[in-house]
Amino acid sequence: MGIGIRIEDLRKIYDTPPPSALRGAGGFSFTPQRSAAPKEKKKKFEVVALAGISLEIRPGEVFGLLGPNGAGKTTTIQILTTRTRPTAGRAFVGDHDVWQQQVEAKKLIGVVPQRPNLDFALTAREVLLFHGAYFGQSSKERARRAQELLEKFKLTDRADHMVRTFSGGMMQRMLIARAMMHDPEVLFLDEPSAGLDPQTRLLLWDIIRDYNRQGKTIVLTTHYMDEADTLCDRIAIIDHGKIIASGTPSELKASIPGGYLLRLRFDRAPDGLLAQLKTLPGVSEVHSTDHIAADVYADRGGPLISAIVNAAQGSGAELHDVHISEPSLETLFLHHTGRSLRD
Amino acid sequence: MNWKTFYAMLLRDGHVARRNLVPTLVQNLLQPLLLTFVFGRVLTSSGMMQGAYKNVLLPGIIAISMTLSGIWAVAMPLITEFQFSKEIEDRLLAPMATHWLAVEKIIAGMVQSIVSGVVVIPAAWLMMGSGANLSFARPLEFALIGLLVALFAGAGGLTLGCAISQQHIGLMFSLIIAPMIMFGCAYYPWSALKSFPGMQYAVLVNPIVYACEGLRGTLVPQVPHIPIYAIIGALAGFDCLFLIVGLRRFNQKAVT
Repeated sequence: MGIGIRIEDLRKIYDTPPPSALRGAGGFSFTPQRSAAPKEKKKKFEVVALAGISLEIRPGEVFGLLGPNGAGKTTTIQILTTRTRPTAGRAFVGDHDVWQQQVEAKKLIGVVPQRPNLDFALTAREVLLFHGAYFGQSSKERARRAQELLEKFKLTDRADHMVRTFSGGMMQRMLIARAMMHDPEVLFLDEPSAGLDPQTRLLLWDIIRDYNRQGKTIVLTTHYMDEADTLCDRIAIIDHGKIIASGTPSELKASIPGGYLLRLRFDRAPDGLLAQLKTLPGVSEVHSTDHIAADVYADRGGPLISAIVNAAQGSGAELHDVHISEPSLETLFLHHTGRSLRD
Repeated sequence: MNWKTFYAMLLRDGHVARRNLVPTLVQNLLQPLLLTFVFGRVLTSSGMMQGAYKNVLLPGIIAISMTLSGIWAVAMPLITEFQFSKEIEDRLLAPMATHWLAVEKIIAGMVQSIVSGVVVIPAAWLMMGSGANLSFARPLEFALIGLLVALFAGAGGLTLGCAISQQHIGLMFSLIIAPMIMFGCAYYPWSALKSFPGMQYAVLVNPIVYACEGLRGTLVPQVPHIPIYAIIGALAGFDCLFLIVGLRRFNQKAVT
């Protein structure tokens, strides 16, 4: 089987600072702008996090939400996991309205949040055992499952240490293990690979794929196009609380003209060479910041290399290094919004 | 209602409390026992206070220990767990309506409050040496008042824990808890305030007054005290108030 997700015109307007910025939250504080004139009515705090999004996530697929910081990805996940009350619209996990039938919805989902929210009063094994107990697993079942997960996530040697002593990467693995402990039908991962080293990231990808092969639905948010590309069956790009594009990774990439970026380094790059590069088939732009490097934007990657090498030889230059970037979130985003991700 | 989940959460709180047993015991017992020693032993043995003062002091000490340990057990973890790290989220995501988690916290607090009371009674009595004449002639009323005091501690802890942020914990203690104890008739009976008539009625808004007077009325009925039924009514009223306010605040805090 498998459980799908449906979101209908979901809106969220925060009238108090969002949770991460609550006053008294350790790291930083956030004060809403208020009008200076004392007689004026205090300006109401309002942040539109979601401006009406609709989505259908199919049972058993890996679905990615891509977008810059503050786009509304986390708010979407928070609403789908019952942690945030939607201002308007509805969201369903399977047949259950996540706000009206929270308990039923919570039985179906596992959540990996953006920040470690492990129970710091417990050891790694206890975190898993108690989590299993909350979901009604028998003591035998939870002991077996906890051991399996600790092995899978390479945490056995620290299993009986307090989780508050763990490194960032270990906490991240613990969060995922905990989310899988009760074998949920839908797994939500909010920026799962942020801050992970490349090896752990690969381990994470394997685990996600493996879990998906069991027929589970996976919803993840990410900044990284390569992650979305390798893992996701379908993607929605979200910005300013709206979905601006959705489809399979290849559909989305095909929607950008000139989406490839070739970063070239020569021993020297005379102006004549740059001019020649511009005339190559499929090249839309060439930028050079100094006299040895050039960024070529084109609608193809590899097929241009031989022409570039020929052009370089023709100008008496030697090609030292080539890096081909496939269409990225950056270029996709730029194409759909006219803005850079960093704007 | 998912009782398995509820029970698992109680087990979790019990497990954590056991792990912190020694610091918790020291935190809950040291201060009342030192107070007992100074006021109940040193001052009475030296003749600076009458021996009968022990009867006034002991129920007050019990009430304060029960109240503080219950409030502490609920409020402190809540304040921490609702902070930036949102540690409480794994329990909010468990398959149970979120307000039951608040109920579970209250019950865990009540258990700690009662344990604290049960440990303090003999400890303080021993420390005072001879002289405190405790009466257990009214066991039902004593048990009922004990439960109401524990519930006040748990529900009060929930209210405070959901209302106060981490950097205000010190302020909570010096601005709320300390005056409540000092004006809570713990170290003197309510009748001793009759020479301060305004204050005598003003302190009636303080629930700790009823906790202390209630235990005094049931453990040492020979000491003048507020009528037991008025105490039971007042404690029940405060319990309802803190339950309603605490649960509401918890629900507000649990979702954004």
